[in-house]
Amino acid sequence: MNDAPSHNSSSEQAAGTKGLVGKLALVVIGMFGFGFALVPIYEVFCEWTGLNGKTGGRVEYSATQEIAKERLVTVQFTASNNAGMSWTFEPMVHQVEVHPGELTEIRYRARNPTMGRMVGQAVPSVSPLKAADYLRKTECFCFTQQVLEGGEAIEMPVLFYVDPALPADVTKLTLSYTLFDVTKNFEVSAPLVSEL
Amino acid sequence: MAHGHDDHHHGPAKGITRWLYTTNHKDIGSMYLWFSFAMFLMGGVFALVIRAELFQPGLQFVEPNFFNQMTTMHGLVMVFGAVMPAFVGLANWMIPLMIGAPDMALPRMNNWSFWILPFAFAMLASTLFMDSGAPNFGWTFYAPLSTTYAPSSVTFFIFAVHIMGASSIMGSINIIATIINMRAPGMTLMKMPMFVWTWLITAYLLIAVMPVLAGVVTMMLFDIHFGTSFFSAAGGGDPVLFQHVFWFFGHPEVYIMILPAFGIVSEIIPTFARKHLFGYDSMVYAVASIAFLSFIVWAHHMFTTGMPLAGELFFMYATMLIAVPTGVKVFNWITTMFKGSISFETPMLFSIAFVVLFTMGGFTGLMLAIAPADFQYHDTYFVVAHFHYVLVPGAVFSIMAAAYYWLPKWTGHMYDEALGKLHFWLSFVGINILFFPQHFLGLAGMPRRIPDYSLQFADFNMISSIGAFIFGFSQLLFLFIVVKTVMGGKKATAAVWDNPEGLEWTVDSPAPYHTFSTPPLVK
Repeated sequence: MNDAPSHNSSSEQAAGTKGLVGKLALVVIGMFGFGFALVPIYEVFCEWTGLNGKTGGRVEYSATQEIAKERLVTVQFTASNNAGMSWTFEPMVHQVEVHPGELTEIRYRARNPTMGRMVGQAVPSVSPLKAADYLRKTECFCFTQQVLEGGEAIEMPVLFYVDPALPADVTKLTLSYTLFDVTKNFEVSAPLVSEL
Repeated sequence: MAHGHDDHHHGPAKGITRWLYTTNHKDIGSMYLWFSFAMFLMGGVFALVIRAELFQPGLQFVEPNFFNQMTTMHGLVMVFGAVMPAFVGLANWMIPLMIGAPDMALPRMNNWSFWILPFAFAMLASTLFMDSGAPNFGWTFYAPLSTTYAPSSVTFFIFAVHIMGASSIMGSINIIATIINMRAPGMTLMKMPMFVWTWLITAYLLIAVMPVLAGVVTMMLFDIHFGTSFFSAAGGGDPVLFQHVFWFFGHPEVYIMILPAFGIVSEIIPTFARKHLFGYDSMVYAVASIAFLSFIVWAHHMFTTGMPLAGELFFMYATMLIAVPTGVKVFNWITTMFKGSISFETPMLFSIAFVVLFTMGGFTGLMLAIAPADFQYHDTYFVVAHFHYVLVPGAVFSIMAAAYYWLPKWTGHMYDEALGKLHFWLSFVGINILFFPQHFLGLAGMPRRIPDYSLQFADFNMISSIGAFIFGFSQLLFLFIVVKTVMGGKKATAAVWDNPEGLEWTVDSPAPYHTFSTPPLVK
C-alpha cells in the first residue's frame, strides 16, 4: 500500500478531513437507522423461520380446504398470566385431536376478580417452534383486547385449523397464551373504579 | 528535534482554563487517563462492595436490591468509564506522536468529546442518591427488567448512555481522520505502528456500533415514556429483540475493549525482547478479521433463548472461528519473544501476564462457545470468570503496561522500577486469587448477580474476596507510583528504553507541548 497522505498544504489536508468526517457522520446516522431497521428485519425473520413461536394473524378458512382424514394430530392448550395479572385464565378443554385442515373451535375462560374494570391482552405462542407457521387461526380472542368489569367473566373462542403441510414428524402442538394486563395503556378511555 | 525549540513559547495556558479550553492532544489525553483512573477506583469500590457481601453466605452488608445496583454500576462504570476512556486517552497521547502529526485532526471536537464525559458519569452516579436507587438491571440492561420493571432512575441512565455514545463517536471520528489524513510523509498504512492500526480498526467498530446502542436505549426510552412496545410482548413487541439489538452492539464492544490492548502489547514486547515484531502483516490481517467476525457472532450470548438448531450451530462455529486470528496473534507475540534478549521491566511483566492470562480467558471463551455446554455455563460465575480474565488481566493490564511504558515520555521522569514490580506482582497474584476460583464456582453451578449462595460455595467465595481486596488496594500503589513519577525522579532520555521503535521516541522526554509542527520524514 503506497497511499501515504500528501503534505502539500494544510488547506488541502483540512479539505480532506472535512470530506472524511462527512462520510463518517453518514455512517453514524446510517447505523443509528440500522438499529431501528433491526425491528422490522427481526419481525420478518421470525415470520420466515417461525422463531419465537409467533403465530400469524387472522386467516380465512376456505370451504374447499383439503382435509387430511388419514392423519391425527394432538393440539394442547395452556394459559398463563404475566407477572401482576390477577385474572383467572384457563382453557376449557386441555387438548383436542384434529385432522389437519379441519376447522375446530375451542374456548378459553377468563374472569376479572378485582373490583375495577381491567383490560387484558393475550399473546399466543406455539411450540414446537417449527410448527408455529402451520397453526392457522381464523378467529381468536388474541386479535383484540378484552375489557372486563370487576367480577365479570367471559368465554373466549379460538377457531383454528392445522395446515395439512405440517411436517410429518410433528404429532403434537401446544398453543399457549400469556395474558398481559394492559389497563394502564387505556387509562384515558376506560373510566376508573371511582368513576363507576 | 530542532524544530521543537521554536514552539516552546506556545506553552500551555495557566490555571484551570488550560484544561477547560485546551485543544492540545497531550492535555486531552492526560485528562482522559486521569478521568478513567478515577472511574476505575469508583467501579472498584462497587466491586469491593460486591465481594464483601459475597465473602460469606447469607446477607451481611447490603440488601439484595442495592447489591443489584452495585453489579450494574460496576459493569457500566468499568466498561464505559474506565476501560474505554483509558484507551481513548492513550490514543490521544500517542497516535499523533506515533504517526508524526502535530495534533489530532479535529482538536476542538476532541475537547468536547472529553468534556461531556464527566457530565455523563455524574448523571449516572447521581442515580445512587435517588429515591428509586440506581439502575439495578445489570450492565446488559435486558428488557423488560430495564423497561417495565426498571427504577425511575432509568431515564438518567438512558441519557448518560446517549452522552457516552456521542463522546465515543466523536472520539472515533477524530482518530480515523487523524490516522487517514495526518500521517507523516512516507508513513504508509503498512508502516504504521500496531497500536495505530488496532485503534484505526477499533474506531471503525465504534462508529458502527455505538449508534446501535444509542438506538436501543432510545427504543427503551420510547417504551417507558411514550407507550411504544418495541420490547413489550403485550403490545406486539418482543423482549428477545432487545437482546439481539443489544448484543449486535455488545459483541463488537468487547473487541473495542481488547483490540487496542493487542496494539499496546505489540508495541511493548518487541522493545523488551529487543527484536522486531514477528509477523507484522499477519497481525494487521488478524485484527481486521477479528473485527469482521465480531459482527456475526452476537447470538452466542443468547444460546438459551430458544434458537433454531441451525442458528445455534452457525453462531457456535462462527465464534470458534475467532480463535484462529487470535491464535495467530498469540503465536506472533510468543515468537517475537523467542530467542530475544528479554529484560523484565514493569511494562514487559504486565505484557507477558497479558499474553498468558488473556489466552486463558480466550480458552474459557471457547468453552462457552460450545452451544450445548453453554446451557450449563450460562449465567453462572464461569461466565464472570471468563470475561474478567479477558478484561482485567487483558484490557486493564495492557493499560497499566502502557502507562508504565510511556510514563517517562509523558512526565520526563523514570518511574520507580522496584515499586512498579511490586505493583505488578500484587496485581498478578491478587487477580488470580480473585478470578481463578470463580471458574470452579461457575462449573459447580453458582449463578451470577445473586447476593447470597449455598454453603458449598463458601470457601471459593472467601478466597475470591480476599483476592479482590489484594487487587483493589494494590491499585492505590499504582496511583502513588504515577504521582511520584509526575513529581520527580530520574531524568528520562528521549529514547527512554533500549533502542525502541517508533517516532514517539525521537522527541524529548517529557514530550514538548507541541511536537512535529513540521512533519518528520519516514523512510
